Amino acid sequence: MSTFPHKILVFSTEKISDPAIDLAGLMKLHYPAAAHVIVLPCSSAVRPEWIMLAFETGYAGVFIAADGSDCPYGESCITKTAKIVERTHLLMKAKGITTNRLQMAAVCSVCAELFVRQMTLFSEELSLATTNAD
Amino acid sequence: MSKEPESKEKRIGVYICRCGSNIADYVDVEKVCTEIKNEKNVRLSRVMMFACADSSQKDIIADIRNEPLDAIVVASCSPKLHLHTFRAVAERGGLNPFNYVQVNIREQSSWAHSDHPDQATEKALDLIKAGIARVSLSEPLNPITIPAENSVLILGAGVAGMRSAIELADLGSQVYLVDREFFVGGRVAQWGKMATTDQTGEELVKSLYQQIRNRRNIKVYTGAHVISSKGSIGNFDVQIKVIPRYVEPPCDPEGFSKAMEACPVTVDDEFNFGLTKRKAIFHNFRSEFPAFPVIDMAVCTRCGICARYCQGINLDQKEEIVQIHAGTIFLATGFNPYEPRKGEFGYGQLPNVISLQQLKRLLELTTGEFRFRDKKIGSVAFIYCVGSRQMDGDNKYCSRYCCTSAIHAALQLRQEFHVSNIYHLNKGIRTYGKQEILYEQSSRAGDIYLQFIEDEPPVVEANGEKARLTINDILSDKHEISLLADLVVLVTGMVPRENNDLNRILKVPIGKDKFYNEIHPKLRPVETVIDGLVISGCCQGPRNIHESVGSALAEVAKVYNVINKGEIQLEPTLAVVDPAVCEWCGKCAEACPFDAIEKVQAEKGWVAQVIEGNCKGCGMCTPVCPTNAIDIKGYSNREIRSMIVAMSA
Repeated sequence: MSTFPHKILVFSTEKISDPAIDLAGLMKLHYPAAAHVIVLPCSSAVRPEWIMLAFETGYAGVFIAADGSDCPYGESCITKTAKIVERTHLLMKAKGITTNRLQMAAVCSVCAELFVRQMTLFSEELSLATTNAD
Repeated sequence: MSKEPESKEKRIGVYICRCGSNIADYVDVEKVCTEIKNEKNVRLSRVMMFACADSSQKDIIADIRNEPLDAIVVASCSPKLHLHTFRAVAERGGLNPFNYVQVNIREQSSWAHSDHPDQATEKALDLIKAGIARVSLSEPLNPITIPAENSVLILGAGVAGMRSAIELADLGSQVYLVDREFFVGGRVAQWGKMATTDQTGEELVKSLYQQIRNRRNIKVYTGAHVISSKGSIGNFDVQIKVIPRYVEPPCDPEGFSKAMEACPVTVDDEFNFGLTKRKAIFHNFRSEFPAFPVIDMAVCTRCGICARYCQGINLDQKEEIVQIHAGTIFLATGFNPYEPRKGEFGYGQLPNVISLQQLKRLLELTTGEFRFRDKKIGSVAFIYCVGSRQMDGDNKYCSRYCCTSAIHAALQLRQEFHVSNIYHLNKGIRTYGKQEILYEQSSRAGDIYLQFIEDEPPVVEANGEKARLTINDILSDKHEISLLADLVVLVTGMVPRENNDLNRILKVPIGKDKFYNEIHPKLRPVETVIDGLVISGCCQGPRNIHESVGSALAEVAKVYNVINKGEIQLEPTLAVVDPAVCEWCGKCAEACPFDAIEKVQAEKGWVAQVIEGNCKGCGMCTPVCPTNAIDIKGYSNREIRSMIVAMSA
C-alpha cells in the first residue's frame, strides 16, 4: 500500500518544465511528495491512454507540466497538448472519472514556485474531493 | 486494470548515491537499497558515497563485467548533470549506454521533501522502481553517426555574422556569408557614433569587412536569400538566389558618382529612414561594402542614362542560383527598429516627432548647426520605451540598448551641437553595467529626467512650430508638468525582422516574443531544437553589440567543436514506425512540425516512414496515431506504461 493516499502523476518535459521542477528542489521549496514525475521530450507527446492507465492503477490525479509557448519544438505544442487534454476528458467522462483530476499548466524552465503552488493546490483539491466523497 | 507487457529478464545493477549528505540526510538510502534488492531483475543494489567519483565509476564498471550486468540504474542527482557521465560508465563497462537510466532522487526527492524524510524515502523508492521498470524494457540504441562538412552558412552579414565568419575562418572552416541586403553591416552600418566608445558604425563595419576580405575561406554573397534547404546537421544543402547588382567593375568612383547624380529616379532613402532621398542607382555611404553601388530594379526605368557615365553598368545581368553545402547554419539576421503607429505620440502626424533611429541618422548627416526641417533645434524631448515594455501588445520585453543609445545621442546633441534643453520622459532608465556612466554624465550636464507610468503616458500636441508635452511625473508625486520642445524623439526599440520565407524554409523555432527561440536561455543559449541551426545576435532577442558579439562567439565555439571532426553523433531518440501496425492515415505527418514523416509503399499498402534526418524526437506524432504504430525510441509506449505502473504501487 502506498504511503501517499493522493498520488499525483506529473508529466514534465526534458527541456522546459523538468528544469523548473529540479529548480524547486534546488531552492528547497517544498511541495507534496505524492507528486511523482515522468519526463518526456514534449508535453504534446503525452498519450491519453497513459493518463487513463494512471487512474486505473490508483493515481488520484495527473498533472501535465506543459511547455506552453516556450516549447522548443514550436508553438503548435500548445494546441496539441490542449487537444490531448480534451480527448482525455472525453475518455474520463466515459469512465465516470471527474475531469478535474487531470490538470495542466504551462511551467517555464524557471517556474519553480509556480510548480510548487500548482502541486500544493492540486493535492489539496484531491484530498478535499476524497473527503467529500467519503 | 490493463495487462502490462512482461519485462524481459535482465540483470540489473542499482546504485544509490548518498551525494555526501545531500541525499542521505533526508532519504534513508540503506532502507531503499535493501528494498530495491527484492525487485524483479535486480541482481545487486549498492549505496555509494558519490556515484560520480572516479572510484565509484570503477566499481560500477567492475560490477558490470563481473556479475555480469545487462543494465544499470543510478539513483542520484538530476540527469541534466550526470547523464553523460554514467552513459560513459556503462559504455566503458561494455554495456550499451542506453541500457542505463538515471533516477533523480536529489532535486526531486531529498531536497524537495527535506521537510518529510519518510516521504522523501518512499518517493525515492517509487522513482527507482520506475527506473528499474524502464531499464528492464530499454532497447540498446546506437547514436547515429553521420559525416559532417566543415563549412558554415551564415545568414546575416551584420556585426554578429561578420564576427562569426572571421573566427570560423581562422579555425579552418569554409564560411559562406550571405545577406539579403546589397551591403554588409546590417543595422550597425546605419549607426553613427555609438556608446560607449564613440566609434561609428561605419568604422566598425569597415574594420570587420577588411578582415573578411583578407581571408580566402570566406565567400560573401550580398543581395542574396535562401530559397530552399534540405538535409540536416553536418549536411545541409541550401540554395540561395543572388539578385544582380547590375553594376560591376571596372568603373571608377567618379564614374559612379556621376551616374548616381544623373539618374532621374528619386525615392525615399530607407537607409536614412526616409529623412533623405536616393536614386535608383545608389549606395548608402561613400566607403560602403562591397565598394560599388547597386541598381534598385524595383524602381529603375532602364532609361540607360547611368550607363553613359559608367561602363560597369550591365542591365542584362541575371539572377543566379548558388548551391551551398554546409555542416551548420548560423542565423544572425538581426532586428528591425520598431516603427511607431501613426499618431503614437504624434508620430506621422506632427512634423517634429521622429524616432531614435532617425535621430541617429540626422546626427550622422549633420555638420554645423543642428537643424530639422530647416529649423534650428534648441530643445529636444525623448520619450522612452516606445514599442517596448508594453503591458498590452506583443512587445512586453525591454529592448536593452535604447536607453543607452538615447542618452548617448543626447550627450552628442549637447556636446557637439550645443542643444541645451534636453528632457527624458521615461519609465525608468536602464543603462545597466558600464553604460550607467553615460546616465550620470547626462544628469550632471543638466538633462531633465521625468518619469511616467504605463497607464499614464505623456501627451504630445502641436504648439505652433513646437510640440507641447504633458506628463504626470511620478518623481514629483505625479505633478502635471508641461514643456515645449523643438523636436520629439521616440526612443523606439527592437522588433523581430520579417523573415517569413526563411523561417518557413528552415523551420526556425519562434518564441512568444516572435524572436528566434533557443533551447534553453541559460543552459543552451545559442542552439535551437533543429540540430545544426544556431542563433546569435538580435534575431534571438534585443541586445547591444557587445552582447551580440558575445553570443556570436559562443555560437562559433559550440558549432566548431561539432563539425571539425568530420562526423557527428546524434541522439537516437527518434520516432519509429511499426509498418506491420501502421494503416497510413496521415495524422502523424500532419502533427509533425518538421516534415519528418513520409508516406511510403509497403507490401501491405501505404505506411508512414520516419525521415531520421528531420526527426527531432519530440513525440508529437505519437498520441495522434489511432493504432499505436508510432513510438519514440527511449520513450517508448511500453517503457512509459511500465513506469506508471511501477510507481503506482
